[in-house]
This record gives sequence, C-alpha cells and structure tokens, in this order.
Amino acid sequence: MSTVQPTYSQLLSLAIPQIILVCTALLVMAIDLLPLRRATLSTRFTSAGILGSIGCAAAASYIALAHPNGNLLGGVLLGNAFTELLQIAILALTVAVLLLSSGSTFTRHVGEYVLLILIATVGMLFLVSTQDLLVIFVSIELLSLSLYTLAAFNKQSRFSWEAALKYFLFGGMSAAFLLFGFSLLYGLSDSTSLSEIAAHIHGLSPLLVIAIVCVTVGLGFKVAAAPFHFWAPDIYQAAPAPSAAFIASGSKVASFIVFFQLASIGFAGAEGAATWGHFVRGWIPVIAVIAALSMVLGNFVAIRQSSVRRLLAYSAVAHAGYMLLALTAHTQQSLAALVYYVATYSAATIGAFAVLSIVEAQTGSDRIGDLPGFSRREPVLSFCLAIFLLSLAGIPPLAGFFGKFYLFVATLQSSRGSMPLLWLVILAIATSAVSLYYYLRVLKASYITAPETSAARTAIHVSGQAIPRAVCVLLAAAVVLLGAWPSLLLQPLITALPPRF
Amino acid sequence: MLAWTIYISFFGAAILLLLPKRAASFARCLALFAATSSCGIALAAFLRHRTGEFFTIVDKPWIPSLGIQYHLAADGISLSLVLLTGIVAIAGVLFSWNIEDRTNQFFAFYLLLIGAVYGVFLSYDLFLLFVFYELVIIPKYFLIANWGSTRREYGAMKLAIYSFVGSAMVLVGLIAAYVGAGSSSMSLDKLAGFPFSAHFQMVAFPVVFVGFGILAGLWPFHTWAPTGHVAAPTAASMLLAGVVMKLGAYCCLRVAMTLFPLGLGTWSHPVLGITSWRETFAILAVIGILYGALVALVQRDFKFVIGYSSVSHMGFILLGLMTLNLMGLSGAIIQMISHGLLAGLLFAVVGRMVYARTHTRELAALGPMNLSSALPFAAVTFVIAGMAGMGLPGFSGFVAELMIVIGAWRAFPVLAVGVGFGILIGVVYVWRAMQKAFFAERRHELPPPHPLQPITVPEKIAAALLIASSVAIGLYPQMVLNIIQPALHSPLFAGLRQGGW
Repeated sequence: MSTVQPTYSQLLSLAIPQIILVCTALLVMAIDLLPLRRATLSTRFTSAGILGSIGCAAAASYIALAHPNGNLLGGVLLGNAFTELLQIAILALTVAVLLLSSGSTFTRHVGEYVLLILIATVGMLFLVSTQDLLVIFVSIELLSLSLYTLAAFNKQSRFSWEAALKYFLFGGMSAAFLLFGFSLLYGLSDSTSLSEIAAHIHGLSPLLVIAIVCVTVGLGFKVAAAPFHFWAPDIYQAAPAPSAAFIASGSKVASFIVFFQLASIGFAGAEGAATWGHFVRGWIPVIAVIAALSMVLGNFVAIRQSSVRRLLAYSAVAHAGYMLLALTAHTQQSLAALVYYVATYSAATIGAFAVLSIVEAQTGSDRIGDLPGFSRREPVLSFCLAIFLLSLAGIPPLAGFFGKFYLFVATLQSSRGSMPLLWLVILAIATSAVSLYYYLRVLKASYITAPETSAARTAIHVSGQAIPRAVCVLLAAAVVLLGAWPSLLLQPLITALPPRF
Repeated sequence: MLAWTIYISFFGAAILLLLPKRAASFARCLALFAATSSCGIALAAFLRHRTGEFFTIVDKPWIPSLGIQYHLAADGISLSLVLLTGIVAIAGVLFSWNIEDRTNQFFAFYLLLIGAVYGVFLSYDLFLLFVFYELVIIPKYFLIANWGSTRREYGAMKLAIYSFVGSAMVLVGLIAAYVGAGSSSMSLDKLAGFPFSAHFQMVAFPVVFVGFGILAGLWPFHTWAPTGHVAAPTAASMLLAGVVMKLGAYCCLRVAMTLFPLGLGTWSHPVLGITSWRETFAILAVIGILYGALVALVQRDFKFVIGYSSVSHMGFILLGLMTLNLMGLSGAIIQMISHGLLAGLLFAVVGRMVYARTHTRELAALGPMNLSSALPFAAVTFVIAGMAGMGLPGFSGFVAELMIVIGAWRAFPVLAVGVGFGILIGVVYVWRAMQKAFFAERRHELPPPHPLQPITVPEKIAAALLIASSVAIGLYPQMVLNIIQPALHSPLFAGLRQGGW
C-alpha cells in the first residue's frame, strides 16, 4: 500500500487519456445528432469514425508525449512505460476499427455506435493500467456491456440480436463467476490489491481453488478459450463487421493482459506445475489444460467451417490457446511475447474482418464458396487477405510467425534446463500445422477456384470504401513490417517491461 | 555479392507483380534476366572460392534481444547447390516460355520460390534458414494449384501440408535446441558447438531429421512427392524435384546431423535388431530406393514414372548421408547436384516437350504416336537423361551412385546389395518408359490428329544447358569434389567426424 496520500492531480494526470476519449465520445454524439442529422448514413459514419480516430490519436499522443507516471493507492491506477505501450497499442487498434466502420450503413444510430466503441476503449485503457480487483471488475463490465450492445447494433439482422443475446447471457454468467471468484479472493486476503492478495496466499486452500476456477471461467470467457467459447462463432458471424473486429482484437488485448496480471501477480505462490505426467495442483495446470483444449478444439473445428467468419472465430479459439501458453510460463519474457503476439494477432484479425466486410458488401455473403473470383475482382484486397491469413497461420516472414516463435521460446524458457512445458509447445506447433489447411482453403477459394457461384457473378461494385481499403493495406504493411523486422515492436516492449513479474 | 542471388529474385518477383497484365513477353524476359543474373553471380562465386572454405557474406544483427543474426554465409557445399539452383532456375524459365495464363503471377511465384531456395542454401543463422525454408511452401502451393494439371488442388494441398508438418517438427527441434543452449544465439556453429546431452540429441535428432526428410522424400513420408510432381506445371516440378527436395536433404546434413551428431550413435537397447537411428534411416533410405524404383516400373502415367524415380534417387542421397564416411557424404552431395539436373531434364521432357504437345501422358497412348520420329529431340534428350540417371559412365549420375555404393559398402555391406538391386531396377524402368513412350512398335500408320509442334529454341537451349552440366560433372567430378571436400573437413562437421568417419 502506498503511504503517500494520492492527490487529485495525480489521478487526473493518469486518467487524462480516458477523459479525452469520453469527451470525444460526447462530442461525436453531439455532432452526429445536431449538424449532421440530415446527412447520408455513410457520411455520418465516415465523419464520426474520423472524429473518434482523432480523439484516440490525441489520447495516444498525450500518452506518448507526457508519459503519465505513477502508482495510485497501491495499484488502483498505474502509469509506467509498459502500460503506456499497451494503451497506445489499444488506441491504435481502436483507430483501425473506427476507420473500418466509416462508410458502413448498417445502423442509423451512428453517434451511439461510435460512442460505445470509445467507451469500451476507456474500459480497456483502465483494464491494462490497474492491479486492483475492483477496478478490474468495473472496467471489465464497462467493456463487456459496451460490447454486448455493439454486437446487437444491426437491427435489421435477426442473427445479430440472437448472437448478441447469447453473448450477453453467457457474459452475464461469466461476470457472476468472476465476481464470485473476486469476492473469495477478497475474503481470503482482506484486500483488493493483487500484490496484497498474493502476500496473503499461503498454500492452496480449498477456497482459493474455487476462486482460481471461478476467475479462470470468467476470464476464459472473455478471451474465448475452450470450453468457454460458445458465444464466439455466433458473434463473429452475425455482429456487424466493425463490432466483430473490435471484439476480436482490442478486447482480446486487454483481457489477456489482465488475465496474465491476475494469474501471475494475484495467484503468486499457488502456481503448481504442468510438467507432463507430474501435474502439481495450482493455477498453471488449469490454464495448461484450457490452453491444450483450445488449441485442439479451435483448430480442428475450424476445418469444418464454411463461413469465413466462423472459421476466424474458431481460429481465435485456437489462438487463445497459444496465448495462454504465455500465462503458463508467467515470466517477464513470456509477457513480452504475449503482448507481441496479441497485438500482431489483433492487427491481422482486424485486417481480415476489413477485407471480409468489403467482400460482404459486394457479394452479400462470407461463405468460402462465394469467394471465388475475388482475386480477379480485387487483386490488392485479396493479396492483403492472403497476408492476414498466412500471418495467422504463422508463415514467415509475417508477424504471426515471429509471434509464435517468440511465444514458444518464452514458454520453454520458463524454467532453466528441464523444459517442463515442452509438451504444450509440441502440441501448439502440431496444431498450428493443422491450421495451415483451413487458411489455405480460404485462399484457394479466392485465388484458384474458378468463379461459378451466383454470388461471385452478381458481385456488385460498391463505392465509398476508400478508407476501409486503406486500412487493409496499412494493416497488411504493418503485419509484413513487424514480421520482417520484429525489433521495431520488441525493443520498446522489452525496455518497457515492468520490473516485477 | 552472393546475397544478391536472393535479392534479385525477390526484387524480380515484386516487379512482376506490379506489371500490367498484358506484358507477358516482358515478364518472361524479366524472369529470364533475373534467373540468369543470379546464376551468373553464383557461378562467379563458385569460380572465386575454389578452395571451398567457409566465408561469410553478410552478418548483421536482426533481432538482437534474441541473439538472432541476419547471417548469410557459404561453403563448398552450399556454393555448389546455389549454382545448381541457378542452372535449374534458368532451365525452368526457358521451359515455361509457353505459359500464357497469368504469366506475370506465374513468374512472380517462380522467382519468389527461387529466391527462398537461395536463401535456405545461404543462411547460416538457423532462424533465418527456417524463415526461408517455410517461405518456400506458399509459392509452391500456388504454382501447383493454379497452373498445374492432374488433380492439382489435391496435389498442391497435400504437398503444402506435408511440408508444413515437416517444418513444424523442425521448429520443435530448433526451439528446443535454442532454449537448451541458453537462448543466446541461433547461429549454426554456436548451436553445433554446444554440448547437448546425449539423451537430448537422441530424441531431437530423429525429430529434426524426419522433419527435413519429409521434404527430401524419405520413405514412408514421400507420398506428397509423386502426386505433387505430377500435378505441378513443368517448371514447378523441375524445381520441386531438382531443388526443393534437395533443400530437405541439404538441411538434414547441414542442420540435423551437425546439431545432433550424438543422435547417430548406438542405442543402449537394440530394437528389432536395429541399433541406432543411423541404421534406421539407412534402411528407410534403401527401402525408398527399391520401393520408388519398383513402383516406377509399373506406372502407366509417364510423369508418375519420373515422380517415383525421384523418390528412388533421393533414397540414394539419404543413404549417402547415413554412411557417415567421406566417400558416401561426397557422393550424396554430388547426387543432389546430379539428380537436380537430371530430374529437371526428365520432367521437362515429359511435361513440356511431350505432354504440352500431345496432351496425354498415358504410356500406352503415347506409343502409337510414334514420337521418336515426330519429336526426335525429345526422344534423344530423354534417352540421354535416362541413361545419365541410371548411372551410365560419363554422366554425373554414375559418379554419384558409384561413390554412394562404395560408401555404403564400407558402412552397411548388407544394404549395399539392396542398392545394387535398386540400380538394376532403375535401368529397367527407364528402359521400359523409353520403349513405351518413344520407341513403341508401329501398329498402324495413323497420322497424328494434329501435327505436333516442333521443339522450340528455348527448350533446346535449356535441355543443352542441363545436359552439358551433367556431362561436365560426369567427366570431371573433381570440379565439385575439390570444393565440397574441404567443406566437409571444416570444424562445423567436427561432431560427425568424431562420431564416425
């Protein structure tokens, strides 16, 4: 517990980025409802998206220039080089999503839509800069409630609300688990600060076991790890493309970071071990089993999908499995690997959704069977799609490959000499070999199969998508650049790592 | 300077992608120019470094925090294989002069493949090597799936999955070795010099060896090879058989065997009378030789004959590696070069000279066409290539097979007998294919339905180039031996020398 009395100016300086975002959100709403009321939908979306992006950019540049630094009330609100980096990454992903939404026409409530995206981002920013149970829970709820609404925004589509309702019901349940787990943790330690909790954990009491399980269920739902992934395919398929991209990217970054911090700081002392054949009770074996399950289930079920969005959903489950490896290792290096992985993964996923949204605008379908002809119609976009999917598959020299490599190295390095997690790494590499098959299926449809289906023939040219297209190209360039020159992100990441993990 | 072989190829590929669609003849010339100039660079380097000593081309930090260098280097072995790649690449471009469908893309993928192959041969950092190694997969897939023939999508997917599974195994081994050696460097000599425990090497060696061996057509993981070769367009099957399979064999020697030399030692308990991985792989290699030859003997499709003959010839290479004596290893490397040239030539005859004109590869259908008088050049080329492949003195195949048999005789006298049989069957299947395709008895004097196009000049030049190279090695093998044997004596192979020869 920090002994220095916090001042409001300190609180304010740490929360300025969030404040900027909230003000932007209100401003966007006001502008959309007053001067732009009579404008066309796509103009409204474009201007709201651009305005929101400017707000995010302002927040990011404040973080980058002012370096808000401090630790309020023993971890309630943190500011250091590491949170800075994470916040900037989240803001960048939000900008990509906002720009992606420009030009869409799925709803008339444009101001509200952008407002919700920005509010969700505020939740994420708090989430990565706190080590306090209460703030974690409130931010998660802020984030989740915005996401439920964002998922249901396409009121013309029945599937959109059905999926959103499912998401909401599952989400509510997982929040209950999370809260129950948190309350047990509080009961065990009399504190909401993660480090205080760790200090009070002595051995693995039955209550702590229940707490660990509940927290894992709650956060496993957020990161869409098997077996808590059932909402993901529906949401990915039915939510409006920007919402789906947002759920699949920024919220993943924040949830994984908080999961990592909670497990590695809060449960310190109850690690256990997941060496093959020598499981020791603790949180690591729980995570290890979930990781293994996610990798196997995600990759094998993805093979059978005929909708590209559902395929991405199951691949997200598989990727959640890979990323959980970083938790099982819970070292500094594995945290760096996790951040690198989740950031590049999110970039590739947003990119894939951006391309898909254009495909859907043209053919009205995201089925693999309706992709043929895409490469002839849109050579640049289909090339971008190839880059995103191959990066997800982990083909060098794209970012996804280095992410995997670094993650696996960090996982093996967790303890010197014996490599207790080798079996998980082997499983991960083996299942990622499977994943190439379904990514190639999509690319095969786009590049090789001759266009025969009616959807491909009746593809219409849709105008006014200059910004989403530019987003695709920029994201593809980022994926290639970060893959060919990983030090760009890695070097700042390693220097920014917090000293204690 | 040698690094420019890679850059020219990649740069050429990038330009080709950006070219307008109708610039087909320019695309061909550009591809030829890129292939010729990189081959010229390779030749110049080959002539300059007559001693075969190891030399570094580029060595710059790439990912400093992980100790990964951008390190390109060459010694006699890689130099001769780089030269082989250059020659086959030129021939491949000349033999695909007739590609009309999306010419730019075809040559772009082609040059990407070539550049990646150069990269594998020249990389000295294992991370870099792996990046290039995986980079080979994607252009291969698209070349076959887009421009191939019989069951092209199936063949391409099978090949991609097999390659990816192989490289996944390699990745497991490499990461384990990297972490086991303290995660400070991925450099080949550093890792090869690290004293891994004998137990670790025993486990890691087969994983990495089989991983690379899959690409080298190691029986029983060879099944991608015949289907892939048959499905591929001519230039791609030339590259596949000529160069890409050599990548597998080269990496078996360069990575698997140098990193884990103790993995070749004897087991503590013999299993089924086999006492080491060395014997296991030698037996698999001989099975590959006999199996490939026997299956080639009964094929009806002309291209499958060549496809299976490749499996058989690759068996010689793997057997040569497992002899662990100077004679066998040098023979294996010469066989890589020799088979690279001859397989390229055979596939060119079957795919380009015959199939592109007659539109059938059925041996029974080709016979009545009286090809020996319709396409005398094709017939003569096939006779020469077939004879050279079966080991007629004066050609490269003879030198290579002789050295491997002598090496095998010293190491495994019993297996050498099997090899003898393999050579014998080799004579029979070449003879049978030649007889059926070109010199079948004339039954009716049916004029062909449409006169066959005469052999074009580019084809003649390419065939002459390949034949001349093979003859040059056959008549003066010292040319290559002088450059590879010093390389085999270099400190990199010290571990192997201490183990065996």
